[in-house]
Amino acid sequence: MAVASAHLRILIGKVGLDGHDRGVKLIARALRDAGVEVIYTGLHQMPEQIVNTAIQEDVDAIGLSILSGAHKTLFRRVLELLREQDAEDIALFGGGIIPDEDVTTLTADGVKALFKPGAPMQEIVTFVKGLKRQG
Amino acid sequence: MSPLGSHPFLCDIRGLKILADQVRAGNVRAISRLISLLENHPGGREVLRLLNGTSRGTRVIGVTGYPGAGKSTVVNCLVAFYRRQRVKVGVLAIDISSSVTGGALLGDRIRMQEHALDQGVYIRSMATRGHHGGLAQATGDAAFVLEAAGYEVILIETIGVGQNEVDIVDLAHIVVAVVAPGLGDEVQAMKAGLLEVAHIIVVNKGDLPGADNTLRNLREWYPNVLRTVATTGEGIPELAAAITAYQQVRSVGHVGEARSC
Ligand code: B12
Ligand SMILES: Nc1nc2c(ncn2[C@@H]2O[C@H](COP(=O)(O)OP(=O)(O)O)[C@@H](O)[C@H]2O)c(=O)[nH]1
Ligand SMILES: [Mg+2]
Repeated sequence: MAVASAHLRILIGKVGLDGHDRGVKLIARALRDAGVEVIYTGLHQMPEQIVNTAIQEDVDAIGLSILSGAHKTLFRRVLELLREQDAEDIALFGGGIIPDEDVTTLTADGVKALFKPGAPMQEIVTFVKGLKRQG
Repeated sequence: MSPLGSHPFLCDIRGLKILADQVRAGNVRAISRLISLLENHPGGREVLRLLNGTSRGTRVIGVTGYPGAGKSTVVNCLVAFYRRQRVKVGVLAIDISSSVTGGALLGDRIRMQEHALDQGVYIRSMATRGHHGGLAQATGDAAFVLEAAGYEVILIETIGVGQNEVDIVDLAHIVVAVVAPGLGDEVQAMKAGLLEVAHIIVVNKGDLPGADNTLRNLREWYPNVLRTVATTGEGIPELAAAITAYQQVRSVGHVGEARSC
């Protein structure tokens, strides 16, 4: 058993009106196969639902998939809610169809990393495994 | 070494007492953190002593049945039902960990996300982490924490794979087995296991062809068989009434004392 990552818990989900779910399911399965406990919320979540769920599930990080073009508003709203709920120890990352300039601004805002189509899965897995919180 | 044990987190007694007080006050972050501590340090359940004296007569309802039968959807409906009565509800949804990688895909709450904004509902997914018996090792401890935090009904969804689902019988005051029509062989197999221990049997997906047949079949053998359509909520008030009726004939103890009579 992969003891080192056995207790890494990650929320994976989709926010807003975005039905593209192939990528997010691929990511969820790859992380499970890498030994992660993946809490999958399904489609059409509001940022508020994502953050409440992350807190109830005590996850180490939230990974959101956004292909709708609404990534700037949605990622920023989740960051804001994490701050409001005093839960900034929960990291935020994600992926989808996101232009390079938006990747730059969002990572400056506090999103840990954003992965675009073609990002090697091993790179994503390695990144996620580094998200385990202390304690 | 701390009087509670040798685990590192148990050495900080003051920190733990604060955490326990926060749990009793219903602080969601504290509840979540304590459940994680109990999951990650199986020997650390001595910490539950700090929560003692907080028994509130919580009802623990187990929901079992084969994957796909509609357990999560039924649980979602029951949560909605109890919330209409302003009862605080906790849900523990168990899924299996891969024995190869230790990873798990916990997807039960997809069906329950309509309650994610409700302060009166706490939902937690748990992976079995190698534990056999249908629940996670720490599920009973998590139920104890939820009781201390003031949740009045706790719904526990088991992994639902069959005959060795023994844990739920000890933990829950009442066990509901969910069956779907068209699962002939599975129903046969369940007769030897899950159905024998269940107090109430639910034929879910009552909208599908074959439901009448399954219902008739099971009623020949078992006293409490109900029909539901969890996707619409049909039959849920009747299920809740059957649960209450069953519990009224038993004295309800608190978590950990279940099934002592
Ligand atoms: C397949 C597809 C569909 C399918 C979706 C089926 C499904 N169930 O997923 C269908 C036909 C339904 C569809 C519909 C629409 N689509 Co479409 N669709 C695509 C398409 C061709 C491929 C998407 C895909 O599945 N890729 C394969 C998966 C594996 O890749 P991925 O999702 O990108 O995920 C990878 C990475 O992005 C990243 N990743 C993604 N999520 C996450 C999350 C985390 C945590 C991490 C770490 C990484 C990560 O890792 C993944 C693996 O490498 C893209 C074009 C494209 N080239 O991307 C358009 C595209 C996404 N669609 C688009 C549009 C506009 C639509 C529609 C609005 C069209 C319409 N007018 O009706 C509808 C909207 C539907 C809806 N409800 O949201 C646009 C979006 C434009 C934008 N964002 O600015 C695109 C980009 C096409 C385009 N060039 O215009 N679509
Ligand atoms: N037709 C029908 N489908 C249902 C019903 N209840 C649940 N389902 C569907 O059955 C599938 C499995 O449900 P889920 O609750 O996840 O089952 P579980 O694996 O037992 O928890 C989902 O697609 C549900 O939408 C029902 O009463 N009728
Ligand atoms: Mg389920």
